[in-house]
Amino acid sequence: MPTLWLVVSVLVLAAIGYVLGRKRALQSAGGDVRALHSLPNYYGLNVAFAALIPALGVLLIWLLAQPMIVENSVSGLIPDEAIPEDSTRGLVMSDVRRVASGLDFAVEQGAMTLAESQSLKAEAGDIRARLGEVGVALGAEVEAEVLDAAQRYRQMTTTGTHAMTLIVALLAVAGLAIAYARTHKDFRARNVVERGILVLLILAASLAILTTVGIVFSMLFETMNFFGLHSWKDFFFGGTWAPNFRGDSELSILPLLWGTLYISFVALLVAVPIGLFAAIYLAEYANKATRSFAKPLLEILAGIPTIVYGLFALLTVGPMLVDFFGKGGFLGVEWMAGATSVLTAGVVMGIMLIPFVSSLSDDIINAVPQSMRDGSLGLGATKSETVRQVVLPAALPGIVGAVLLAASRAIGETMIVVMGAGAIAKFALNPLESMTTITTRIVSQLTGDTDFASPETLVAFALGLTLFVLTLGLNILALYIVRKYREQYE
Amino acid sequence: MNDMARVERVVDTGQAKITASDVQVHYGDTHAIKDVNVNIGDKTVTAFIGPSGCGKSTFLRCLNRMNDTIDVCRVKGNILLDGEDIYDKRVDPVQLRAKVGMVFQKPNPFPKSIYDNVAYGPRIHGLAKNKAELDEIVEKSLRRGAIWNEVKDRLDAPGTGLSGGQQQRLCIARAVATEPEVLLMDEPCSALDPIATAQVEELIDELRQRYSVVIVTHSMQQAARVSQKTAFFHLGNLVEFGETGQIFTNPQDPRTESYITGRIG
Repeated sequence: MPTLWLVVSVLVLAAIGYVLGRKRALQSAGGDVRALHSLPNYYGLNVAFAALIPALGVLLIWLLAQPMIVENSVSGLIPDEAIPEDSTRGLVMSDVRRVASGLDFAVEQGAMTLAESQSLKAEAGDIRARLGEVGVALGAEVEAEVLDAAQRYRQMTTTGTHAMTLIVALLAVAGLAIAYARTHKDFRARNVVERGILVLLILAASLAILTTVGIVFSMLFETMNFFGLHSWKDFFFGGTWAPNFRGDSELSILPLLWGTLYISFVALLVAVPIGLFAAIYLAEYANKATRSFAKPLLEILAGIPTIVYGLFALLTVGPMLVDFFGKGGFLGVEWMAGATSVLTAGVVMGIMLIPFVSSLSDDIINAVPQSMRDGSLGLGATKSETVRQVVLPAALPGIVGAVLLAASRAIGETMIVVMGAGAIAKFALNPLESMTTITTRIVSQLTGDTDFASPETLVAFALGLTLFVLTLGLNILALYIVRKYREQYE
Repeated sequence: MNDMARVERVVDTGQAKITASDVQVHYGDTHAIKDVNVNIGDKTVTAFIGPSGCGKSTFLRCLNRMNDTIDVCRVKGNILLDGEDIYDKRVDPVQLRAKVGMVFQKPNPFPKSIYDNVAYGPRIHGLAKNKAELDEIVEKSLRRGAIWNEVKDRLDAPGTGLSGGQQQRLCIARAVATEPEVLLMDEPCSALDPIATAQVEELIDELRQRYSVVIVTHSMQQAARVSQKTAFFHLGNLVEFGETGQIFTNPQDPRTESYITGRIG
């Protein structure tokens, strides 16, 4: 709550700064806007930014850094002996946090006074009961070390928050004062604000990139943990996927990769021809009216949640395939045992990918200059000859890019394969057998109830990282091809 | 204007190749071409001149039904090619365009090799029985396009890699390869430099030996240099049509005079 108030007061300060800066600029010019270097609003914005940006920046960094610093120093307070046999430092620390916040909560609720909460003794033995009264449930009676650490935790947090409030407020006032003092009719407020906006935009862009880097690193660390527990040779070159809850599992990515690539291949086999033909129809043959409703309609397919596709695979496509290929089916063969199979997942995923392929290809086909078509039609070629021999070759690199993007979607797709592909990891060629994919295994390894630090769980991160590298590579290749093609006509 | 006045022309126009009568073109609500009557002679270069937006390109595109590719465009009236109505239901526009070739304002070689660019039309229409015949057609067309000597050693190079003037001559060679009877040129030199323009103009004069050529141009000098007949369009009307020398030296209509002396347009 105090943080929210802090932000609000900084905002109010900035608003005041805006009004003051504007007024001062106008005064310095004797009320004549034309005598100012910039419009009055820029002077106001300059002061407002000066009050706002450094203060909020420091606030953000402080909020991120303080818990880490407090945690580290408090964690050092707990001696190794205080950590029970079957527990870890992390678990004890979460007890500490819980006690600390419980005490804060109790004070807030009025169940105990501030002084009382600071002078609690573990020996009294009633902490658990007293916190229980206000609704804070603790697993066990509080140990002396934990209580000490919790008190230390509370103290550091309180001090930190006070210091933060003070520094942020000071920064806001100082920024306001400096910018206000500099406000004068010759001051180039417009240029300063322009630079400020540039910085803002760069920050937004780098935040997105930094997040990606963060994701990669978090996966990288867990992956390294995994390879510390499990041989990388087995992971990359082994032939069997057989996780075993008692340990000593065979965890090879190859059967999963095979399933992933096989299902993706089937999906592309469905999506590429249909999507491409749809794109050709929309771009070359359809008139404006048809196009204006068919294109959005097709793109709606892209907006359907994949879990709905998964249900479609499970309830409709799978049983339908069984009706054809299963025991007692129309074809009288017995090739398919259950509804989940490579074909089920592949076909449904292909349907999901149609709008990707068609929408991107449509844009790319439209980017082929009309003069190409005119040239071909002017030579007496028919429309389909023109499309086949001139438009498609010219658009081919872009279309390949679109297909690669669709492929990376297919490889990373989860819900459809979880519901439609089955759970058996194996190398098989029959598309009517059920197989499993990397994404499906990540879900099941992480949601199981095995110990987090076991290789059976950590393998999910190694799988995820491999998948990430795979799709990243495909995306880079696709973007490279698309970009290279774009340059050709500009 | 003086040097144009001195232009004397030997006009050996055969009988009319294309006869257009009462042609009306509507673009949606816009009446782009109004009551145009014109006879285009065989083995003649006919120039269409006029200010921008006067409908000369639109009319040119009527002659091989390229306007069919535009949804909102409607063409009324009669256009006869060798006495046959090209807007008759029995006429296949695709076949027509093989007979009435077209060269566009901006050079538009396909992103294929020089050889494949020229071989495109013959392949589509099945003009060559075998590879040797196709080679022959390609060479002959490139020679007629006056570009053979420049590209004979690099027929496999992409057509888009040539210079602007070379590209335009390649496009002319490509159009010639399907053995058309009429060649329509929509401002073929407007994207070219003076030297390339001169080469293309020279080529147009040679093409007259075999084809009926219709050229739309913004440059009155060009019309005077290359054509035997000139048609002046203004606001969708065909204002005046006659011998090029006469149009430029002794125009009958005051609008034509204003245009060629630079007062309108």
